Amino acid sequence: MTDYQEYLNFLYSALEFQNKKQLVLSEDTALVADIGLSSLEVMEFIEKIEDHFDISIPLNILPDVNTIGDLARKVRELNL
Amino acid sequence: MLFDKFQTMANFQAELAERHVKPFGAVTEKILSATEGVVEGRNVILAGTNNYLGLSFDPRCIKAAQDAAARWGTGTTGSRLANGSFSEHQALESEIAQFYGVDHAIVFSTGYAATMGMCSTLAGPGDTILLDADSHASIYAGVKLSGADIIRFKHNNPEDLAKRLRRLGDRANQALIIAEGIYSMLGDVAPLQEIAAVKREYGGYLFLDEAHSMGALGDTGRGAAQAAGVEADVDFFAGTFSKSLGAIGGFCVSRHPELEAIRYCINAYIFTASSAPSIIASTRAALRIITEEPQLRLRLWDNAHRLYDGLKALGLPVGPTASPVVAVEMEDRSATIDCWNALMQAGVYVNLVIPPASPSTNFLLRNSVSAAHSSEQIDTIIAAYAGLISAGLITPTNKGH
Ligand SMILES: Cc1ncc(COP(=O)(O)O)c(C=O)c1O
Repeated sequence: MTDYQEYLNFLYSALEFQNKKQLVLSEDTALVADIGLSSLEVMEFIEKIEDHFDISIPLNILPDVNTIGDLARKVRELNL
Repeated sequence: MLFDKFQTMANFQAELAERHVKPFGAVTEKILSATEGVVEGRNVILAGTNNYLGLSFDPRCIKAAQDAAARWGTGTTGSRLANGSFSEHQALESEIAQFYGVDHAIVFSTGYAATMGMCSTLAGPGDTILLDADSHASIYAGVKLSGADIIRFKHNNPEDLAKRLRRLGDRANQALIIAEGIYSMLGDVAPLQEIAAVKREYGGYLFLDEAHSMGALGDTGRGAAQAAGVEADVDFFAGTFSKSLGAIGGFCVSRHPELEAIRYCINAYIFTASSAPSIIASTRAALRIITEEPQLRLRLWDNAHRLYDGLKALGLPVGPTASPVVAVEMEDRSATIDCWNALMQAGVYVNLVIPPASPSTNFLLRNSVSAAHSSEQIDTIIAAYAGLISAGLITPTNKGH
């Protein structure tokens, strides 16, 4: 799972500026319910990830993504 | 609770009722012409109807509809697949195919069914769809049903499209790319030469919704792809009969013979009754008129420039170029509602657009221009906006010219 941890670490750092409540982030932190990202902020965040890994994240996978951990797993899958 | 999610909308409706404004579902009590009516008890110039060529009141279209109703009855009472394919429908299909210079066409009961039906069917599980982020709700509804991977590219941004096609690798030449000609809310036109060039480089299929551009753009009114000279790069054209053609219904045309098999796989085509013959007949008459009378298009653009230049000169935040859709963007919801209401009081009906129907978090006063507007009517619309400024309801944001 080390590379899963690397994806997580990237997501933590990518969220730094949007983590306005200064939560301690973990894989169980929910992007919308906990951090409070607006739909526009979610899209900006997704784009940051897409450009970093040079991938596209399809919209249709987003309903299954609640937490940072969910997203890290999806991104890892897409980046294989 | 089941109904909890509707509370925000219920509150908004209550707020509008309290302010005695009815921007959504305002009732038209009388239609006086293609550009005038009585709406909510008030005589108004209609400046938010998508009736781009003013054909909804053309006597030839009305006569064709009347004759067809007398000959065929009021409805088909069935699907195109069953008892609902009359020779009127078939004739319209060959005429619309001919209009586009291709061999295959499907006529749908609404424009929404056409785009939603095509977008839900063309790509399926395992395929990839690349759609412009500002695509119409019918396109989003379709792609969501498709089961394909859905990837958005930035609005009108061919570089972002290219980047995303490159990321697909060898799946790119199988991808379905979706764009519109004129975008319905802000009236901006897709950069189709650049999009076509990207498609030529990476491959893929291009689906173009010309809902607002058919009749308005192109030498013979086929739309934005014709105006850009890239029709050969478009695999599927979709559009509607509810705007320039003044009726209701939708279509998809293509040079690909596979469209004939696709037709029988589209639920929005199969599991719904076909259009009433009167509608098909008026649409056929309107299609003939836009072919024979290119001057309608010139008049539309004269009016579009007149309105756009007028609002721009007032310093209002309109889009970057003149278009049959001229939208004034505002940030504050309450102020936009006040403006909409004041325009009604001044005798001008426009569309009030709120997110998510608007492409950003902004609110819009959306005007659509018609070839049937007189110059005086356009000037009255401009004067009504000037009235908003003098009443302090809206502040000019640029210097104007
Ligand atoms: C881009 C676009 N596609 C499709 C439609 C649907 O067309 P109709 O209203 O004729 O069903 C519309 C209009 O609402 C539109 O703006």
